[in-house]
Amino acid sequence: MDIVNLTIDNKPVVVKSGTTILEAASGVGMHIPTLCHMKLDDLNIENKPGGCRICVVEVEGRRNLAPACCTDVSEGMKINTHSMRVINARRTVMELILSDHPFDCLICAKSGNCELQDLAHNLGIREIHYKGEQSTYREDTSPAIIREVDKCIMCRRCETMCNEVQTVGVLSAINRGFESVVSPAFEMNLDHSVCTYCGQCVAVCPTGALTEVDETGKVIRALSDPTKTVIVQTAPAVRAALGEEFGMEAGSLVTGKMVAALRRLGFDHVFDTDFAADLTIMEEGTELLNRLGKHLAGDKDVKLPILTSCCPAWVKFFEHQFPEMKDIPSTARSPQQMFGAIAKTYFADQLGIKREDLVVVSIMPCVAKKYECGRDEFKTNDNPDVDHAITTRELAALIKLSNIEFKSLPNEDFDNPLGESTGAGVIFGTTGGVIEAAVRTAYEIHTKKELPRLDFDELRGMEGIREATIDFDGLPIKIGIAHGLGNARKLLEDIQAGKSEFHAIEIMSCPGGCIGGGGQPYHHGDAGILKKRQAALYQEDKNKTLRKSHENPHIIELYEKFLGEPMSEKAHHLLHTEYFDRT
Amino acid sequence: MTDYKMHLLICGGTGCKASESDEIKKRLNQLIHDLGLADEVQVVLTGCFGFCEKGPIVKVLPDNTFYVQVTPNDVVEIVEEHIVKGRLVKRLLYTDPTNDEQISDSKGMDFYKKQIRIALKNCGFINPENIDEYIARDGYQALGKCLSERTPEEVIKEVKDSGLRGRGGGGFPTGLKWEITKNVENDQKYVVCNADEGDPGAFMDRSILEGDPHSVLEAMAICGYCIGADKGLVYIRAEYPLAIQRLKIAIKQAEEYGLIGDDILGTGFNFHIELRYGAGAFVCGEETALIHSMEGLRGEPTFKPPFPSVSGYMGKPTNVNNVETFANIPVILNKGAEWFSKIGTEKSKGTKVFALAGKINNVGLIEVPMGTTLREVIYDIGGGIKDGKEFKAVQTGGPSGGCLTKDFLDLPIDYDNLLASGSMMGSGGMIVMDENDCMVSIAKFYLDFTLEESCGKCTPCRVGNKRLYELLDKITQGKGEEQDIEKLKELSVVIKDTALCGLGQTSPNPVLSTIKNFEDEYKAHVLDGKCPAGQCKSLLRYDIVEDLCTGCTLCFRNCPVGAISGERRQPHYIDQTLCIKCGVCYEKCKFNAITLT
Repeated sequence: MDIVNLTIDNKPVVVKSGTTILEAASGVGMHIPTLCHMKLDDLNIENKPGGCRICVVEVEGRRNLAPACCTDVSEGMKINTHSMRVINARRTVMELILSDHPFDCLICAKSGNCELQDLAHNLGIREIHYKGEQSTYREDTSPAIIREVDKCIMCRRCETMCNEVQTVGVLSAINRGFESVVSPAFEMNLDHSVCTYCGQCVAVCPTGALTEVDETGKVIRALSDPTKTVIVQTAPAVRAALGEEFGMEAGSLVTGKMVAALRRLGFDHVFDTDFAADLTIMEEGTELLNRLGKHLAGDKDVKLPILTSCCPAWVKFFEHQFPEMKDIPSTARSPQQMFGAIAKTYFADQLGIKREDLVVVSIMPCVAKKYECGRDEFKTNDNPDVDHAITTRELAALIKLSNIEFKSLPNEDFDNPLGESTGAGVIFGTTGGVIEAAVRTAYEIHTKKELPRLDFDELRGMEGIREATIDFDGLPIKIGIAHGLGNARKLLEDIQAGKSEFHAIEIMSCPGGCIGGGGQPYHHGDAGILKKRQAALYQEDKNKTLRKSHENPHIIELYEKFLGEPMSEKAHHLLHTEYFDRT
Repeated sequence: MTDYKMHLLICGGTGCKASESDEIKKRLNQLIHDLGLADEVQVVLTGCFGFCEKGPIVKVLPDNTFYVQVTPNDVVEIVEEHIVKGRLVKRLLYTDPTNDEQISDSKGMDFYKKQIRIALKNCGFINPENIDEYIARDGYQALGKCLSERTPEEVIKEVKDSGLRGRGGGGFPTGLKWEITKNVENDQKYVVCNADEGDPGAFMDRSILEGDPHSVLEAMAICGYCIGADKGLVYIRAEYPLAIQRLKIAIKQAEEYGLIGDDILGTGFNFHIELRYGAGAFVCGEETALIHSMEGLRGEPTFKPPFPSVSGYMGKPTNVNNVETFANIPVILNKGAEWFSKIGTEKSKGTKVFALAGKINNVGLIEVPMGTTLREVIYDIGGGIKDGKEFKAVQTGGPSGGCLTKDFLDLPIDYDNLLASGSMMGSGGMIVMDENDCMVSIAKFYLDFTLEESCGKCTPCRVGNKRLYELLDKITQGKGEEQDIEKLKELSVVIKDTALCGLGQTSPNPVLSTIKNFEDEYKAHVLDGKCPAGQCKSLLRYDIVEDLCTGCTLCFRNCPVGAISGERRQPHYIDQTLCIKCGVCYEKCKFNAITLT
């Protein structure tokens, strides 16, 4: 039977068979509260352990209450979503959760953004009737993520992200009964595990159990130090999401306001990671063409497909999981690190200051960037190319802390020389964007012809794995795209098995790419937000006069004045890196 | 077996092995050999006889003499007197406690009189490590007939008609389960035997596997034939090494005989059986948790549907039955559904194995027809309450069941009656309590167990049971408040209503049933600060009666915490704030001058 008739709170409802009670109720405007359940439409991500028992409803004729999130409707079902029995059970379950949760909401990193807090409010919890022992665990701090496990409510969302979506397999439930908790195996620290710091666990945690390492204090200290010149770079995906932190519609582009806010925070120069993204395309695109040229010339040793290397979680992932393939990804550093390397050489020279007196702060949609900028290979004399990486959320906190009324800020422009960018740099923030940017440049360099079109719709979208063939003037270039490390794993396994026919593959760790990064404003399970951010980036690209990286005048100038040409020795030294076997 | 004139059967179950039954066997063999009787007398290590209270047991055939609590030192006497001279060793015979009469034939013992053995039919009769002995008792006959003469549909109909219901706790009709799994289209299906026996005190599955492993293997193969599976898996807890060892031997022997493996009995039917070990988690008896554990995942349940019959092990249709359920199958098929369905009550057919434990005289394993009353089980078979004490309650269904009072003694035991009285069948644990058991403490004991064994997945079980336990603990500590009893009830109801799996949905049963049946006892703890059974130490009070105290200082000298003071030859005094209620003073006092209230 395809159609099911039922009643929900006495309202007749007709839905397709296979619909859950939760979905059926939602269709008629009854929003049954949930806690552990999370469904990211279009991304094929669902966490449905049926564990929290908040969504229980009464089904006539059934002995016990049914969890709405994982009970399918059936013909003639009579459901009550808010009977006294249901409300009593729901509130009792909520009280039980709260009875094992710290009461430090006022000083919790998640305060105001906490789904547990909201739910407690919505359920009208005023008292905990069942008090008792609370679980206590030590705090686990890593370079990027803090685990405050006392606040874990066993929703298992992080576990789903870590295991099923990312296939990293660090977080899972351990111990039994009241002692159960989500943790790395043997309760080891995150930084001893194979965690990639992708931060998708942080992105979906409903409470303050998983948060990013807060570095706003370090940024404030740097900004207050008169001996330091403090510059900032902003990743492309930040501008498409920052507004959400100030109550603006998802997908609002706030580039100009963001620049204005950063200037008011006291940064001496406000630059753009998009500039470095253009630079990345110059290097990575050239590397692709080099490998391709050798391949076409019959060189059997050349490694194809080339894999993008902008994403630090992806880099750490293959270093742990596929170390034997570490010579396949491009050696190009990520835009964040290219920016840092250029800033602390080229730009510091221009200012006539020592690299130690220049502080580079980056605003990232990502928590892995915190880890990336601390990697030893990105330091000179122990001084990192990028000093502090803070997330979109942390920037919002800084802006609020500094009494800046974000929404009423004027639009301002980035500073130069490291603030100029093309549309190609902008779309780095979404899945498919890096490879599209690379295609725009590689095509023109390879064919020496102007591209007939700039929008490659075949590379865009939200499907986890996408593929397309781009005609390079008679030469078909096969391109693969994966976002989410589980999808990346599939493509890597194909390469391993010798089944991959791609010339180039773009990989981003986070579902949706950087727009869905672990440092972005919380989407609270609404994948529509990611789509709006994606649309905003493509819009920003369209708005740009220059949309091809190799046309960025400041990039051209950088090569002329400093680097020579792409893949030059200097470029190699500053803009490329190596990978390590971490097994 | 026919070559021997005499057989000595020795219990080789885990319990009796712990009491040196291996050594008894060794010495018997040695002595029989030394006397040149090796061709006439055979010594057989069998599975459990059930009468564990009196183990190790040595049974002599053909005369059925039943020697109890035999030690290796008794071997010489048994051989010289009974075997050589044909005289009974009277001091080793069972004595009926009701009339002090010695009984030599086990058939005359009350413990066995009311039992009917179907699942346990071979336990204590055959050598479980010898397939020939199983075959000699109609073993693999049912499998052979099924494969050669009957269609899967016919076999399933027979199982359905027998009325057999799952013996693991749920009581789901076995034939129906087979039929559902059969009707799911898939080229790969599995038969799983649930041997993750986890109820405290229950050991029927272990005993069956130790005493009659082939009955389970045969039934699994029959099930595989019926549902269209070629692979069987036995999920067994690693704490059952003897059962594992005997299963391995049985599988190997059955394979050698062509009764398990490819092309069984030349019929073209393939069925292979493998073992999977569990780490001994109670919740892994829940079938979805069991399947996840076998898959290498965390042993925790998932929401049903889908049921394992549709999507089970590795996502394939999987029929999960418990050991005892399987052990019934060959007998049902040999004797017919009609025979089987005549035993038992209207909706619960056949027999049920119970593990009697607690304050009962005859601790052990029994098998009785469904419909037998609790009184018959406890008094006739179980021999009544230990030390002549008063019966107080019996917990059936293990930690998920409930405590039944003397009002239920005449209740015919079956699935539905137990459920209706606030308890359940469970896997057949039966723990008897006497007047000295505190029912609050009993509820606390069971909660402690479920708390440990909860997988932690759902809130009501993970946190709710913890809170229930804390409330019970508070009451036994003498810190209970009046509203705590109400809180216990309210929270229990919500846990039952909202928990994910059977473990959580039933874990408050001991609390609810003890409150229902013994509310006065709870009130005595909370309102009067007394534990009527005298079990809750915090509620005990030791006092010295001045008039009786001679000032001998014995209590003063023995008190481990210095809570007693007083001058020599003067009445002493106990400082209640220091007293830890250890009771040493009470035991030491020679003048009965110390009272316990």
